[in-house]
Amino acid sequence: MAERVLLRHLDVPDIHKLDVYLAHGGYAAARKALTTLTPEQVTEQVKASNLRGRGGAGFVAGMKWGFLPKDSPKPVYLCCNADESEPGTFKDRAIIEWNTHILLEGILITAYAIKCHTAYIYIRGEFAFGARRLHEAIAEAYKAGFLGKNIFGTGFDLDVYVHRGAGAYICGEETGLIESLEGKRAYPRIKPPFPATYGLFGCPTIVNNVETLACVPSIIANGPEWFKSIGPEGSPGPKIYCVSGHVEKPGLYELPMGMPLRTVIYDYAGGIRGGKKLKAVMPGGSSFPVLTPDEIDVHMDFDSMRKINAFLGTAGIIVMDEDTCMVRALEIIDRFYHHESCGQCSPCREGTGWLHKLLLRLEEGNGRPEDIDLMDRIAGNMMGNTVCVLADAAAMPTQSFLSKFRDEFVAHVTLGRCPLKKNGTGHRQAA
Amino acid sequence: MSTMHAPVTLTIDGRPITVSEGTTIWEAARQLGIDIPVLCHDPRLPPVAVCRVCAVEVKGARVAQAACIRRVEAGMEVRTHTDQLTRVRRMLVELLLADHPIPCAKHEKNRDCALELLGEQYGLLPVSSGERERTRAAAPAPHQSRGRLHDRGGTIRVRPRVLEDGHDLSSPVIAVDHHACILCDRCIRGCDEIQNNEVIGRTGKGAQTRIGFDLNLPMGQSTCVSCGECAAVCPTGALMHKPLTIDVPLSETKAVDSVCPYCGVGCAITYHVKDNTIVQVSGRESPVNHGRLCVKGRYGFDYALHPQRLTVPLIRRAEFYPKGPLSKDVRGEDGRWQRKPGGIVDYAEVLPAFREASWEEALDLVASRLKQIKDRYGPGALAGFGSAKCSNEEAYLFQKLVRAVFGTNNVDHCTRLCHASSVAALQETIGSGAVSNVFADIQYADVAIVIGSNTTENHPVAATFFKQAAKRGTTLIVIDPRRPALADHAHYYISYKPGTDVAFLNGLMHVIIAEGLIDADFIARRTENFAALQETVKHYTPEVVEKLTGVPAEQVRTIARVYGRAKNAMIFWGMGISQHTTGTDNARCLISLCLMTGNIGRPGTGLHPLRGQNNVQGASDSGLIPMVYTDYQRVDTPQVREKFEKAWGVALDPKPGLTVVEITHGALHGTIKGMYMMGENPFLSDPNINKVRKALANLEFLVVQDIFLTETAEFADVILPAASFPEKEGTYTNTDRRVQIGRKAIDPPGQARPDWQIICEIATRMGYPMHYHSPEEIFRELVSLSPNLAGLSYAKLGTSGELWPCPDPHAPGQSVLFTDSFPKGKGKFVPAEFMPAKELPDAEFPFVLNTGRVLEHWHTGTMTRRAKALDAIEPEPFVEIHPEDLSTLGLQDGDWVRVSSRRGTIVLKVRSGNRTQKGSVFIPFHFREAAANLLTLDELDPYGKIPEFKFCAVKVEKVREQEDLAAASAA
Repeated sequence: MAERVLLRHLDVPDIHKLDVYLAHGGYAAARKALTTLTPEQVTEQVKASNLRGRGGAGFVAGMKWGFLPKDSPKPVYLCCNADESEPGTFKDRAIIEWNTHILLEGILITAYAIKCHTAYIYIRGEFAFGARRLHEAIAEAYKAGFLGKNIFGTGFDLDVYVHRGAGAYICGEETGLIESLEGKRAYPRIKPPFPATYGLFGCPTIVNNVETLACVPSIIANGPEWFKSIGPEGSPGPKIYCVSGHVEKPGLYELPMGMPLRTVIYDYAGGIRGGKKLKAVMPGGSSFPVLTPDEIDVHMDFDSMRKINAFLGTAGIIVMDEDTCMVRALEIIDRFYHHESCGQCSPCREGTGWLHKLLLRLEEGNGRPEDIDLMDRIAGNMMGNTVCVLADAAAMPTQSFLSKFRDEFVAHVTLGRCPLKKNGTGHRQAA
Repeated sequence: MSTMHAPVTLTIDGRPITVSEGTTIWEAARQLGIDIPVLCHDPRLPPVAVCRVCAVEVKGARVAQAACIRRVEAGMEVRTHTDQLTRVRRMLVELLLADHPIPCAKHEKNRDCALELLGEQYGLLPVSSGERERTRAAAPAPHQSRGRLHDRGGTIRVRPRVLEDGHDLSSPVIAVDHHACILCDRCIRGCDEIQNNEVIGRTGKGAQTRIGFDLNLPMGQSTCVSCGECAAVCPTGALMHKPLTIDVPLSETKAVDSVCPYCGVGCAITYHVKDNTIVQVSGRESPVNHGRLCVKGRYGFDYALHPQRLTVPLIRRAEFYPKGPLSKDVRGEDGRWQRKPGGIVDYAEVLPAFREASWEEALDLVASRLKQIKDRYGPGALAGFGSAKCSNEEAYLFQKLVRAVFGTNNVDHCTRLCHASSVAALQETIGSGAVSNVFADIQYADVAIVIGSNTTENHPVAATFFKQAAKRGTTLIVIDPRRPALADHAHYYISYKPGTDVAFLNGLMHVIIAEGLIDADFIARRTENFAALQETVKHYTPEVVEKLTGVPAEQVRTIARVYGRAKNAMIFWGMGISQHTTGTDNARCLISLCLMTGNIGRPGTGLHPLRGQNNVQGASDSGLIPMVYTDYQRVDTPQVREKFEKAWGVALDPKPGLTVVEITHGALHGTIKGMYMMGENPFLSDPNINKVRKALANLEFLVVQDIFLTETAEFADVILPAASFPEKEGTYTNTDRRVQIGRKAIDPPGQARPDWQIICEIATRMGYPMHYHSPEEIFRELVSLSPNLAGLSYAKLGTSGELWPCPDPHAPGQSVLFTDSFPKGKGKFVPAEFMPAKELPDAEFPFVLNTGRVLEHWHTGTMTRRAKALDAIEPEPFVEIHPEDLSTLGLQDGDWVRVSSRRGTIVLKVRSGNRTQKGSVFIPFHFREAAANLLTLDELDPYGKIPEFKFCAVKVEKVREQEDLAAASAA
């Protein structure tokens, strides 16, 4: 790709500052949208671009906006989901901290399209620096008249508020986010009703991911055809890949959608660290099934991934080399879900705990032969039986680890220790 | 409501069923008799779908659906019991059981822990064979699945426990075991959605989640009002009612359906009885309470078993004449608080004054002495106080005794002290003293005014419906000088200077008229005398009202507009309106407000004076009032009198009798010589006790019939032991006019007898034979003389009672009254001018005293102070003072103070509270050791003859340490 959109700060230093952003065409797309297009036309263009949500689910953004009731007397809210907490995922953070205004411009255009006058950015509590950047950028935008009353003289008003989370992963679930914004415990809501009809304070609400919103200005500026020309037709556009784990060059890579996973790992991230062999890779953050080396020719887009029973998720690629203990790796993953389960539904609250404790036992060398099947059974019974998908997010990696690396789990039981270590128990190399 | 929606046809397990739209799969399956297991759902609660045990398969759905929340759709194909579903459910139960004590307290006691029952069903727990394991020592047999997580002998606890041992026993009535909790949220919803108290929530995240009270306080230190709803809905042993009498499983008890003996709400209850003991009380589904109860109704029943119950007739010993008070509290000696802070009468002080007697001797003595007085001084020298706690049948017989046997209309009861002024105003303006609409009608009201009512404490269950209505969109306006807890749920709260009710209400009417918000058509068609009212309220501009009441003029306008513009508006009021020397005027203003806006005669409109006692409505209906026979038929109307003379076979006194306070004055001045007191305790309930003390001592003969030796009984010549509420049968009429049957659950102690039997004995011995076989027979006589009750019978009352008016035995009672006309034809506007209270604060007595009740106690405390749980929660008297006044007085919360009025002094502890206005103090009147009515003023409202309980001037002084020492050394 010739020019980066989302990670443009790598090409244009200091683009988080308004004057730099303006000097490089900033807010031209917003001006174009507000002064020359109707809200419906903006929605049409975004729909035509086939922009799919970058938060993990890949729902077509323009279609989501279209679900808002047409004749509701209630105000419409926009929530920008900046609660980036998925393990192995750090793309939104970069946009927030270094390309701040593109997010605000995306919010402005989206708010205009959905006729919303109040937008909230729900930012992960740990992103203190990001929150500061947002506050600075919002202050600049108000001063320049890009936020506030009568933006671009069109009579359109928009206020943007930054709300910092308090450290719970579940706040990234869109209805958990809404509950948290309302000042309550972030217990995800039962859907339907979906936020588009019953969201924040009971009003129609759109929740979009940071990266999704950051794509919007480029669609308006360059047109939907330009956007669709990048990557595969089914899920087009620029995409940030987050590569972490045992590679030579971990980091963020903005590339077209649909890059082969192998290319990302070996061509961009420099291959496996120290010339070791690849053992496993989690391509979409920690919430989805793990892939083995023979599966990495898959193209990284929503549809291609589904074909091999995997998910693009957040494109948080976690790479594990041959020295990684898969029991230990899964224990770390399930410890995370045990800790982050909100506790509302019993299958998830209890099930994640059992999975974690069973893995600990296995890792300590006290596992029983039937524990492996028990874990598989618990994971299977958690799936699809909770209010939100956190239970699935714990169950899917668990089941894939157990099936794809079963021998290693069995070895832990029979040896009473990790087979990769000569004398100790598990070791701490993964993640 | 779902029933109004279109029918939907679906199949469940292959069986077709048609249900209304909005029905859930779980409900639809239940209609087919298919039982889908569930832990977190209760049909009374909104579903939350968190336990997931009710998962079912819906054809075409990607994942399992929670049956408790998923609504039916046309053509849906549901499978409820597949192998896969059984695996899911079994796994869930297994996960939850890992942390569950086995057996938990509930399963150990009643074998009905929902989780353990499922565990047994899925073969995860051994099914015990009928015989309960009584001790925890008998550990459950080891079995396969529980062994799964055993690790080197110990079970892995999946949820790390936050608190020491997970037990919280701080509440006097509910035991909490967090280990047994499965986080089903039922208690949270019970607290939030049913009782609307919002005390329980979740605390901690994920695996560390537990239920928490307020900000995770121990339950006993939280704002929990101990209604027990959480324990009633809890499916496991996490929240258990603490046993208050004997601890036996409910399966071994007998269930007796009855009604609650406490307030006028009249909640339907079920007693669980074993060994002549009430073991527990449950709320019962009824149109009144829908299963809800408050702390008194659920935990205040053990008074009947108290060792101080009277069990034999008592006669005063000769050496205790001349009569006078026996206990130090009743004598009013100072310093007594030092020895006994809080507490009930010490029988050692009072019992020596009496000797035990046979019923024969006692009854003969009563009959002969009363007859003697009648013969010597005439019938007018006799008087009787009945009780609003006794049944309709007993009230009817009591007034019949006084009228037909004593020969006088000097019969009254405590209605005089609560709503006499409301009834006077209602009779005068519309011709009926009863409520126009039931309280549940608030759900249909757009606006509801609750004025002068501390509903959450005095009518707790009614308050839950008020709070619910406010949540669902009824604009709730709460008006009271002392901020009631209900104000927290209100859209508007108005506080004005005590005693300025008329000025404020006139201000509202002024604005409503000035802004054209009146219902001119209604005024023209159905009312009279509007011009006079208009003339009076003309002067009460919001600015004038602001000066008089302290309410900003703009607020007066706002409230007037909100009420005036409402399509349907309702007015509720309590003692804050009625217990003033302007009580009748206060009520007149509320009635005028209602009439001028046409807010009457439809659901969600009207006037509802919230009745205090469980049977104050019924006692009045039954003629326990000096001016009227049953059904408010006046004694001075010749045709009426003739009817009763014919029915009772004697000539009757055509002159209305004396009221409560007038009778006390009569006793004081020697015109009343003999009295029969059935279940009343005027020594604590009547104003200006010093006067009452003299009056009672001055009586030639006093017979007191009660369940305990009350303060009043210390002045008695004869004391007759009566059966308590659960020991007898009778009907009781609640604030809604609903007549309900209270059934006998246990036998009375010793020789105690039901009141109605004792009345019959006295009447017979005085030469007027009275023979009834049952309360039902008395009820038949009562309704035969009362046109509005004529359609009622025990059979018709059934389990949930019936509303009156009910003239036709084949038609239901009427819920909404005055739809087309008023009993007196046109409704009459009676204007009232603002008049200040009788005793205003001055330099010497700078505070305004307000008296009232607390949630846990009932009236003179006779019952509630002998109920273990209630006494534990609120054991001693207190005076509530605003924190700023406290600091001015140099006082701190908990200090002992002396509160004095021109009439007396009491010593009690001070409680800091900003619900009371600055310049006011509040004292509950339940406590004999600091009787608030020593201070109150016996000035009467000229129409309702109700005393001014809510306003007199007092001073507050700190009890100095030297005095403390002096008092202590004197002891």
